[in-house]
Amino acid sequence: MSDTRNTAPNGEEYQPIPTASGVDVEGGVGAVVSTETLPGEDKSYSQGQLVRRRFFRHRAAIFSMIMLALIIIVAFTSIGVGPLPGWWGKGYVEQYPKIGTGAPTWEHPFGQDTIGKDYFALVMRGTQRSIIIAIGVGLISTVIGTVIGSLAGFYRGWIESVLMRMTDLFIIIPLLVLAAVLGKIASSWGIWGLTLMLGLVTWTGLARLVRGEVLSLRERDFVVAARAVGTGTGRIIFKHVLPNAVGTIIVSATLAIAAAVLLETSLSFLGYGVLPPDTSLGLLISQYQTAFTTRPWLFWWPGLLILVIALSVNFIGDGLRDAFDPRQNRTKA
Amino acid sequence: MTTLDITDAETVSAPGDSVLSFEDLEVTFGTDFGDIHAVKGITLDVRPGEVVALVGESGSGKSVTSMTALGLLPRNARVRGTVRVGDQVVGGLDDNGLRRMRGNDIAMVFQEPMTALNPVLTIGDQLTEALQLHGIAYGKQAMQRAAELLRMVGIPEPERRLKQYPHELSGGQRQRVVIAMAISCDPKVIVADEPTTALDVTVQADILDLLRSLKEKLNTGILLITHNMGVVADMADRVAVMLKGDLVEMGTADQVLNHPQHDYTKRLLAAVPHLGAGRGQFGEIAPVKTEVGETPALDLRNLVIEYHRLGKPSFRAVDDVSFQVAQGEIVGLVGESGSGKSTIGKCALGLIPAASGSVSILDQDFGRLRRRELKDLRKRIGVVFQDPAASLNPRLPIGEAIAEPLVVHKVGDDKSRRARVYELLDAVELPRDTFNRYPHELSGGQRQRVSVARALTLEPELLVADEPTSALDVSVQASVLKMFTALQERYKFACLFVSHDLAVVDMLAHRVVVLQNGKIVEQGLREDVLHNPQEEYTRRLIAAAPVPEPVEQRRRREERHKLLADLGDEIAELHIDGPLDGPGRRAVPGSEGGNASLRGGYTGG
Repeated sequence: MSDTRNTAPNGEEYQPIPTASGVDVEGGVGAVVSTETLPGEDKSYSQGQLVRRRFFRHRAAIFSMIMLALIIIVAFTSIGVGPLPGWWGKGYVEQYPKIGTGAPTWEHPFGQDTIGKDYFALVMRGTQRSIIIAIGVGLISTVIGTVIGSLAGFYRGWIESVLMRMTDLFIIIPLLVLAAVLGKIASSWGIWGLTLMLGLVTWTGLARLVRGEVLSLRERDFVVAARAVGTGTGRIIFKHVLPNAVGTIIVSATLAIAAAVLLETSLSFLGYGVLPPDTSLGLLISQYQTAFTTRPWLFWWPGLLILVIALSVNFIGDGLRDAFDPRQNRTKA
Repeated sequence: MTTLDITDAETVSAPGDSVLSFEDLEVTFGTDFGDIHAVKGITLDVRPGEVVALVGESGSGKSVTSMTALGLLPRNARVRGTVRVGDQVVGGLDDNGLRRMRGNDIAMVFQEPMTALNPVLTIGDQLTEALQLHGIAYGKQAMQRAAELLRMVGIPEPERRLKQYPHELSGGQRQRVVIAMAISCDPKVIVADEPTTALDVTVQADILDLLRSLKEKLNTGILLITHNMGVVADMADRVAVMLKGDLVEMGTADQVLNHPQHDYTKRLLAAVPHLGAGRGQFGEIAPVKTEVGETPALDLRNLVIEYHRLGKPSFRAVDDVSFQVAQGEIVGLVGESGSGKSTIGKCALGLIPAASGSVSILDQDFGRLRRRELKDLRKRIGVVFQDPAASLNPRLPIGEAIAEPLVVHKVGDDKSRRARVYELLDAVELPRDTFNRYPHELSGGQRQRVSVARALTLEPELLVADEPTSALDVSVQASVLKMFTALQERYKFACLFVSHDLAVVDMLAHRVVVLQNGKIVEQGLREDVLHNPQEEYTRRLIAAAPVPEPVEQRRRREERHKLLADLGDEIAELHIDGPLDGPGRRAVPGSEGGNASLRGGYTGG
């Protein structure tokens, strides 16, 4: 900004702007940090490519992704899926002769439960079920919530009224009762039915959040500019509005996944969710909660897995949000 | 860097009598990204009854300097050097001392009166708060004093206003209330941080008149922070120019504005558009040869635009407006806030429907087009908005933002689009590696260049520019306007240039349309409208726009006062002879404080 007769192509320098309330990050320090040269500066990237590059620089997210991938691979290959056999020789329904108290041994690395079932196989089966339910519910509720929220926020008028009153309707019915009734109906379709039903009742919070975001975004100048150019509604929603709401959506989705694990646990505990002899991590914990003092491994293994899965999902969400938000420079700072 | 002090020997007085002084002031902000040296050792003083203007562009540290005087810096700031208010050293005061000092000895007038006032408290509550906190008056007496303060700053029916909330007042009245709050405890010095930036020119002139009478009648020292050289010329006794935390030049208003010594000051002044200087200050605009019978780029006929309000009659923002923009012509649309100029701009973009009348672009009527045709028509219109930070999608890299219109209208493939973006980046004088950058990584001026590039992507025949430079610093504004003129020369687009800044319009436009309250007051060739206005409103507008030359500005100010007197209007000033004898603080017990001795001159009222 020093050169008034700005003839040089890059006459306006990047300059931090300290204000009374600290430092103007929007125009200042963020700019300073990111002026460092990126590798391959001369190449041009699309938004998607840039997001991917930034995501892969987020260490915690990458570590979590590897962790989650490992858990999923082990859970699904060890005891097999459906008719496909796994590399772990024992099943989760069969009973084996108990070795001692059933504490972890080489034969049963996670120990055995009260009646001698192999706990590793049980936990793996539970992990499979919990992951399918959690991720499935997370996906379904996020998609429904985002669609309903963005339609209501963007179109306003009667569309908004109808959609939001419908949302209110879902909110006023206690979630657990609704999930229990639907879960009961759906449990005849197995775990997929349960996932679908849970997804269908947990989207409400996200829909309201997204609607609020979209309401403020649609009035922003860049959306107006896009409309003035002749951009279609679909493109405006997907290219201009939703990417700016993605922080909200992803944080909410990761929380939804964690909440789905808990919801499934509650339902299983009440007898409406996953039913024995099938199992899930939540069900395992509730089944063996009384054994905590005598056979702690029955509690610790599924607990640890829930913790690791939930944390990983949250870190991945963190990484995604940072990758979508160009103002986050955490990986470089 | 040493300050170039061009003050004459006789105007320099002994340091003891200043009401506010900075000595070797240094401010450093500690941030996650290292330390930022915002103020690098400046020395400055303000004497009673004197206006010292601190000028500089955004980021030069002028606001930070003023905040040190009130002790209002955030926690991450480190201050070195001495700041004195009266005879107190600000750095040596504890929280209680600071609180006593603020209001009593030094007060602040903020830029944005809407945010400086609390929206959920009445004007009366806010005015009496300071009086009660500083023990000047309580209860009914405080209310009485508050009413009197409002009368002093020229607000009619003060008793009724006291019960109103900030949103019930106009912008100018709100700023008057803020000034009334500032003088409520009779401070020795007032820090005015861009006090008129958010206001219209005519309101700005009134507020400046009011501030001027403040220093004349109350002998208050004023530290005026501004980027507007016209305001400096109008108000300042002395001027200090800041550049990146350094004070580069200091002197009387005449010395600095008319005989600047430092290169930066010279450049800064050269960048200020002068009203009356006419076109060509930043590059000549070719005259348009309008051929008879040629279709106009934009043709508005009897346009009426209404905003519908729930449960209330709809608000008519634009009323029976007709004008044309010929091809290759720049038409300046000027008016104050609320005059409907941006609404017309939006209507010309097809974003707001017309209630009646017609909007035709290149002979096609917006109201009668089908979707398909509408999209095709939009290809031929470009738009640039005021705030470059808000008008670019923060999630979209610059390259994609500029290429967006091509994608929307399915023009070319990836390769040709990229080539076009590079071509446009060259045209707006941005480096090609801007392609991968995000908007927040660019400065304001660079972002506005991107907006202009995006508007020109499809080589539109009509460009709607809504205050494209009003959010920018003067020197950046100059470079953007220069580029804009060059681009207009090259691409020959017609342009509807919406602006409140008459000087900018004077520089750029071929024709000018003046709006007031949604109606056209005057339109015609630029020379006629701006240099020889026929209508009263236009004359008022032009008279209120300050020019960056003290002598000329004084002449203009007197002319304006004469004009206002002719029109039967009142000139804004401090009314200190109210119903109570003298300035009310005498009538209120407890107000005979330490400052009274300084104020001998006006006690007679």
